[in-house]
Amino acid sequence: MSIATAVFSPDVLTIDAVAVSATIESQIREIVLQRLNRKGVIVAMSGGIDSSVVAALCFNALGTTRVLGLMLPEADSSPDSLRFANLLAQSLGLRTHIEDIAPILTAAGCYQRRDEAIRKVIPAYLEGYKCKIVLPDQINGSAYPIFSVIVESPSGERTKARLTPDSYLGVVAATNFKQRTRKMMEYYYADLFNYAVAGTPNRLEFDQGFFVKNGDGAADLKPIAHLYKTQVYQLAAHLGIPQEIQKRPPTTDTYPLDQSQEEFYFPLPYDRMDLCLYAKNHGLRPEEVAPVIELTTEQVARVYRVIDATRNATRYLHRKPVLCEEVPEVPDDVRL
Amino acid sequence: MTLNDELRQFVTDNFMYGKPYKGFADDDSFIERGIIDSTAVMELVAFLENRFRIKLLDQDLVPANLDSVNGLARFVESRLPPNFSKACDPSRIVLGV
Repeated sequence: MSIATAVFSPDVLTIDAVAVSATIESQIREIVLQRLNRKGVIVAMSGGIDSSVVAALCFNALGTTRVLGLMLPEADSSPDSLRFANLLAQSLGLRTHIEDIAPILTAAGCYQRRDEAIRKVIPAYLEGYKCKIVLPDQINGSAYPIFSVIVESPSGERTKARLTPDSYLGVVAATNFKQRTRKMMEYYYADLFNYAVAGTPNRLEFDQGFFVKNGDGAADLKPIAHLYKTQVYQLAAHLGIPQEIQKRPPTTDTYPLDQSQEEFYFPLPYDRMDLCLYAKNHGLRPEEVAPVIELTTEQVARVYRVIDATRNATRYLHRKPVLCEEVPEVPDDVRL
Repeated sequence: MTLNDELRQFVTDNFMYGKPYKGFADDDSFIERGIIDSTAVMELVAFLENRFRIKLLDQDLVPANLDSVNGLARFVESRLPPNFSKACDPSRIVLGV
């Protein structure tokens, strides 16, 4: 038994939430006011745990006059998203603004283009139906992660079909309008007030490329990108984030039908996914990890392979524009 | 052109883009060689269904069937009618000749 086996447990992700919060708040002040030279920060609030924690950290760091929380609902948003975001704003005393982005998305053809892509595999998908896309079980099966679409008729009848390449890309391209429109609105307010934009990815999302390029992936600072989601929950408890938000299951809130992050992206719920990612990052072998998270060695090995494959597939999302030749006057670490 | 040749050609043309051709063996894993990702698998499935007029079920979408030229060839041959086995030119199958 290695030393790592002896110490590996869910406790490896326990942090000193008081100290970590204080450190990040200090860093936010330094980044926003000095390095970025902005007067404050915009935080888009989805009512989820990550954006709630980022909003609270920014509020503590900069005060009520230098933080604006934006709520950006659209036609498929869960009513809970707005309700929870409002709950947080009231609890913090945060300035907020609501922009319904549905008219912009409609004008851009977001919903129409998505629905047309779905009809390529389910022609009976009509107005009034709901939809989501889902992956097969990546832990218990050996199937490739090929998406299917599930549609639900107004009477509740569900149909599932595997997506073809053009229908899949059509659905993704259309729904990505949502994240990009939100980011456009965030930067509108950032420009209006001379603020910076805070991104809200946790480490799992950042590492695994769970974001839309130039959508929710775009930001001037990402205060919790180094923290596992498990650790974000610890910060939430310390910061006094309302219990309803802390207990809300993570959701993509992108499709009309409820969609968990496991259906859409990650092979495991976040707590076990965090542990697998931590273990992999620290060189632990699947057989050392499996008993701790109640999976088989083969299942952990499969998660490791998914982590590697996803990292490779999403490198493009992280990459800044590639220049044909360097421009020395614009240092690499400050340019897009 | 053999079935293996056609499958290798499809993979090379569609997933290796303009990369310098380094060649890969018929038993090489596409995943391990970094040749395909999940979107490419969808394209591969669509190609097999259209080109050979076979229907792939969810349980068929596993690396044993789709992760190498030899795996693909074995899978395609197992799904073709008996009279269209190994020596048969796939292009004739599609045309129903």
